[in-house]
Amino acid sequence: MHGRPRNALKEEDTAALSAKAEKLRSLQSHFLANHHNRIYTKEALEGNAKLLENNPEWHTAWNYRKLAVESFLSDSHSDPETVKSILDEELRVVENALRKNFKSYGAWYHRKWVLSKGHSSIDKELRLLDAFQKADPRNFHAWNYRRFVAALMKRPDEDELKYTEEVIGANFSNYSAWHNRSILLSNLLKRKAEGYFPKENVLEGEFELVHNAIFTDPDDQSGWFYHLWLIDQTVKIDAPLLVSSWPSHGFNITLQGNKCLHGSGLSVINSTLPNTGTLPIILYFNQAVEGVNSSTVNVKSELLSGNLVWKPLSTNNSNNAQVWVAYLDIRNLEVQLSKTYVVEISLGHSKGIVSSSGYDYGHPSRVTFELCIQTAYTEPVEQQEGKSNSWKDDDFQKFDHLQESEPICSADQVTSEIDHIPTTSGRCEEAVVNEINQFRDLLSEIDCKIGKLTLARLLTAVDSLPSSRANNMVNTEEILQLYDDLMRLDPTHYLYYKDEHSLVLLRQITSSRDSLLPYCHYKKNAIEAFAGYVCLRLQNLSLSRMGSIENLLWVQTLDLSHNQLRSIEGLEAMQLLSCLNLSHNKLGSFTALGPLRLLKSLKVLNISYNEIGSHSIDTRRYLCSSPLSHTEEFAWDQFEIFAGSIGISAATFWEPFLIFQSLNLTELDIKGNPVADENFRSFLVKVLPTLKWLDEEDLS
Amino acid sequence: MGELVTDKHVKYILSVEKRKDDFESVVMEHLRMNGAYWGLTALDLMGKLDVVDVNEVVSWVMSCQHDSGGFGGNVGHDPHILYTLSAVQVLALFDKMDLIDADKVTNYIVGLQNEDGSFSGDMWGEVDTRFSYIAICCLSIIHRLDKINVEKAVKYIISCKNMDGGFGCTPGGESHAGQIFCCVGALALTGSLDLVNKDLLGWWLCERQVKSGGLNGRPEKLPDVCYSWWVLSSLIMIDRVHWISREKLIKFILDCQDKEKGGISDRPDDAVDVFHTYFGVAGLSLLEYPGLKPIDPAYALPVDVVNRIFFKK
Ligand SMILES: [Zn+2]
Repeated sequence: MHGRPRNALKEEDTAALSAKAEKLRSLQSHFLANHHNRIYTKEALEGNAKLLENNPEWHTAWNYRKLAVESFLSDSHSDPETVKSILDEELRVVENALRKNFKSYGAWYHRKWVLSKGHSSIDKELRLLDAFQKADPRNFHAWNYRRFVAALMKRPDEDELKYTEEVIGANFSNYSAWHNRSILLSNLLKRKAEGYFPKENVLEGEFELVHNAIFTDPDDQSGWFYHLWLIDQTVKIDAPLLVSSWPSHGFNITLQGNKCLHGSGLSVINSTLPNTGTLPIILYFNQAVEGVNSSTVNVKSELLSGNLVWKPLSTNNSNNAQVWVAYLDIRNLEVQLSKTYVVEISLGHSKGIVSSSGYDYGHPSRVTFELCIQTAYTEPVEQQEGKSNSWKDDDFQKFDHLQESEPICSADQVTSEIDHIPTTSGRCEEAVVNEINQFRDLLSEIDCKIGKLTLARLLTAVDSLPSSRANNMVNTEEILQLYDDLMRLDPTHYLYYKDEHSLVLLRQITSSRDSLLPYCHYKKNAIEAFAGYVCLRLQNLSLSRMGSIENLLWVQTLDLSHNQLRSIEGLEAMQLLSCLNLSHNKLGSFTALGPLRLLKSLKVLNISYNEIGSHSIDTRRYLCSSPLSHTEEFAWDQFEIFAGSIGISAATFWEPFLIFQSLNLTELDIKGNPVADENFRSFLVKVLPTLKWLDEEDLS
Repeated sequence: MGELVTDKHVKYILSVEKRKDDFESVVMEHLRMNGAYWGLTALDLMGKLDVVDVNEVVSWVMSCQHDSGGFGGNVGHDPHILYTLSAVQVLALFDKMDLIDADKVTNYIVGLQNEDGSFSGDMWGEVDTRFSYIAICCLSIIHRLDKINVEKAVKYIISCKNMDGGFGCTPGGESHAGQIFCCVGALALTGSLDLVNKDLLGWWLCERQVKSGGLNGRPEKLPDVCYSWWVLSSLIMIDRVHWISREKLIKFILDCQDKEKGGISDRPDDAVDVFHTYFGVAGLSLLEYPGLKPIDPAYALPVDVVNRIFFKK
C-alpha cells in the first residue's frame, strides 16, 4: 500500500469498506470455482473482468483468461473476425485494469501476451501508450511496453530517439526518458548508424542537450547520470590494455637466492624469494579480462624450459580478473649464476584476451626485463629471531634520494612497448576541456554539488588521458580541494567524497619516483630477514580507500596504519608483499581480509585495533569467495570436528578459518579487535602452525 | 524520533495474520504467501517467531504446493515462482526444510529457465530479472544451484545492466532499486559481483537518500520505507553502504512507525501494512539497530537461518 493516509476510519467508511470486502470476496470465490472447473462462460468471464478491475495483480485471474482465450481460439477455426473480437475483448479488459492500476505487472504482461497471439493493431498500442505516458511520464512499465511495441513494429531507433527528445523537451526532469535515450544512442553508436559515426559528431550535441537540464536545475538528478555516461563515452577506451607489470618494462632484477645483501643492498629483491622460491610475474590490465594463458601471452627467455601457468588474481575465484600472475620457480631453474637473462613478454599478437564486455585486447605490447641470479637457491634455514617486527617510527629512516637501480616503479614510467599507442581523438579531448569550462562557468554562478563533483571528475578524466601523460596530475590539488568542499557541502554522502579523495591522493603519491620518495623508508637495525627492504609508509594519511595499486606492485613492506580503511580490495595484486601493517583502521570483518589469501609471500601482518567482531552485518561477505556464493567448497563436517576439538563455535569461526588457514604468517597482531579474546588467540595458534609471534608475544 | 516499538509491531503482525475478512486482507488474498514471509521474517528478526503456531503455518504452506512443484500465493491459486521462493523461505525460517521435496521444486524452477538464460515467472512466460533472482535464491537454499545453467543466467542479468550501473526488468529496462536488489542479489549468490561496476552503481544508490533521510527507488521519486531494504541491501552487497547516512535513515524509518497500534508505513503518517513493516524492520537490521537479529542481504533471511542452511550436518 502506498500513499494512503493513516487516519482512523469513520464508522460509515468502515461499513462501506466491509461491504466492498464482501463483494470482492464473492467475486474471488466465484472466479476460483470457475477456474478450477474450467468454466469459460460469458458470465464467468465478466465476473473475472470485474475482479481484475478491482485487483489487477491477481496472476491466477489473468491465467484464467489466457486459458479461456486459448480455448476460444481453438474453437474459432482461425476465422479472422472471430479471432480479432476475442483478442479485442482482452485488450479492453487490460485497458480497464490499467486505468485502475497503472503499475500492474500482470495487466501489462497480459497485453503483451495478447499481441503475441497475432493481434495486429499496433498503431493503436502507440496511441494508447502516448496517453498513458502523458498521464505518468515515469511509469517504467509503460516505457518497457513501449520498447516492446517499438521492437515488434520494427520502429527505427532514430524515431524513438526523437520521441525521447520530445519528452525531454516538454520536461527535462524525466529520468526515464534520459535512460531510454542512453539505450537507443548506445545501439546507434555501436552499429555506427548513418549520422552516428564517428561518435564525436553526436556527443557534442548530447552534451548540449543535457546541459539544459543540469544548468536549469542543478539539484534535479534527471540529467546527472546521463552526463556522467557521456563523459565516459568520450574518454573511455573499450579494449583491454596492459597498464603495468611486475617486473616493470626495462627493469634489471638481481636475485640473491636466500641470502640478503647488507649495506647498500637496495638494488635487489630478496627475502621474499627464499620464502617461496618463486618470482611472481604480474600483469595488470585496465579492466578485468579472461583468456590470459600461455597461448595468448608469449614469454621468451633462455631461462624458461616449459610454459608459465597464468592465474587470475580474483578474490571470488572468477576466471575474469584485472590482474594475472605467473610464478617463475627459481628452485627448479638450471641457471648460470651471475648471468643476465632477458625475459620478453608479449601479448595481444594473437586473439584470446577478452574483456568482460567482450572487447579483444587491442594493442600488441611487449614487456622486457632482465634477470640475474647471483646465488643458487637453497632451502631457507629456520632462524630464531630475537624480537618481533616493529613498526615504530623510530625504527624507520627516510631515503635522501632513490637510486636509478632501485626496483621502485611509479606511474610516470613506461609500462610496455606498444606497437600502436591507443589515444582518444583530439576532438574528444576538446570535448572534455569544453565541459570543464562549462562547469567552471556554472560554478561561478551557483555553488552546487553536482557542479563540483562533475568538475572533479572531468579534471580527473583529463589527467588520465593518454596524451596528457607528460603533464599528468597538474590538476590534483584542485581536485582534492573540490572533494574537500563536497564533504562539507553534502555531509550525507561524506564518505563517498572521502573515498574519491583518497583515490586521488594515492594517484598523486604514486605518480612519480619523486612523489614517492617522502614515503619510502628503510629500516634501521632490521632483523636479517627484513634488511634491505624499501618500506612504503602510507600511514596517517586519512585514507578511507586503497587505490593506485598498479603503481605499487614492487612493494614488499607496506605500512597503511592509522588510516580509515574499510577494505583492502585490490591488495591481492601486491604479490611481493611480505610485511603489512593495517593497524588502526576500520576493517570490520574477517572477509575484509579476503585479498590476503592470495598473497603467498605474506609473513608479517598487523591488523590490531580494527573493528573485527563489532559488526553484525558483513559488507564484504559476497565480495570474497565463500560457500554462500558457491565460490568455495567448504568441508563443514571436518571443520565442525576441528572446532569441537578446540572448543570453539563452528558457526562463528568458519570465516576466520577460511582466511587464516591459507596464510603462512610468522607474525600476527590482532589485539584491539572485539573478536580477539583468549579463545580466539588459541584458535589462531591452531590454524596458523607457522606463527611465531602473536600480539608481540613469543610463541616458541 | 524515539525507539522501535517492537512489542507493538509484533502485535500488529499477529493481528494481520488472524484477520481474514477485512478489505485489506481480501485485497492481499492473492499474495498471502508473500505476506506470510514478510510477517514471519519480521517476527524472527524481532526475536518473536516462537509466538506463531508452526504446524498451522507449515501445513498451510504445503497445501499451496502444486504437482508441478511450484507454490501458489494461496490455497487453490496457480503456482508462480514468486510464491515458491516465499514458501521455501518460510519453511527455512521454521527449520522445516525436510518437508520440501527438493527435486520437485528444482524441476519446477529448472523448467522455467529460457534459452537465453532468463527465467519466466510461470508457464505463461513473463520474463523479468526478478525471476532470475528468485530462481537462483530458491535453488541455492535447497542446494540445487548446479541444476540450472548459471553462466547463462548471469549473462542474461548482465545484459540488463544500464548506463547508471543499475539493472532493469529486461534488457533496456530502466534501473529501479527493487530490480537492482534482484540483480545484485543474484550476482552475489553466484559469486559474480566482479561484473558489477560498484563505484558507479554505488553512487546511483547512495544518491537515493533524500533530505528527510529516507531512500527513494529511482531519481526524483518520493522516499519510501521499502527502499530501505532494496537500496540498503544492494549497497551492503557491494560494500558501499558507508556512502549514505545511517543515522538519518534510522530516523526516517522510526518516524514511519505507528507508535500506537504498531506497524510501519511507506512514509510518515501513512497507513501501515505488513510489507512495509517487514522492510522497515529488515532495513533497521541491516543498519545494525540494537535488539534486532542480523539479516543476510542476499538471501533476505536472518543470518542464523542462512548459517543453518549451509552449515548443518
Ligand atoms: Zn513502498
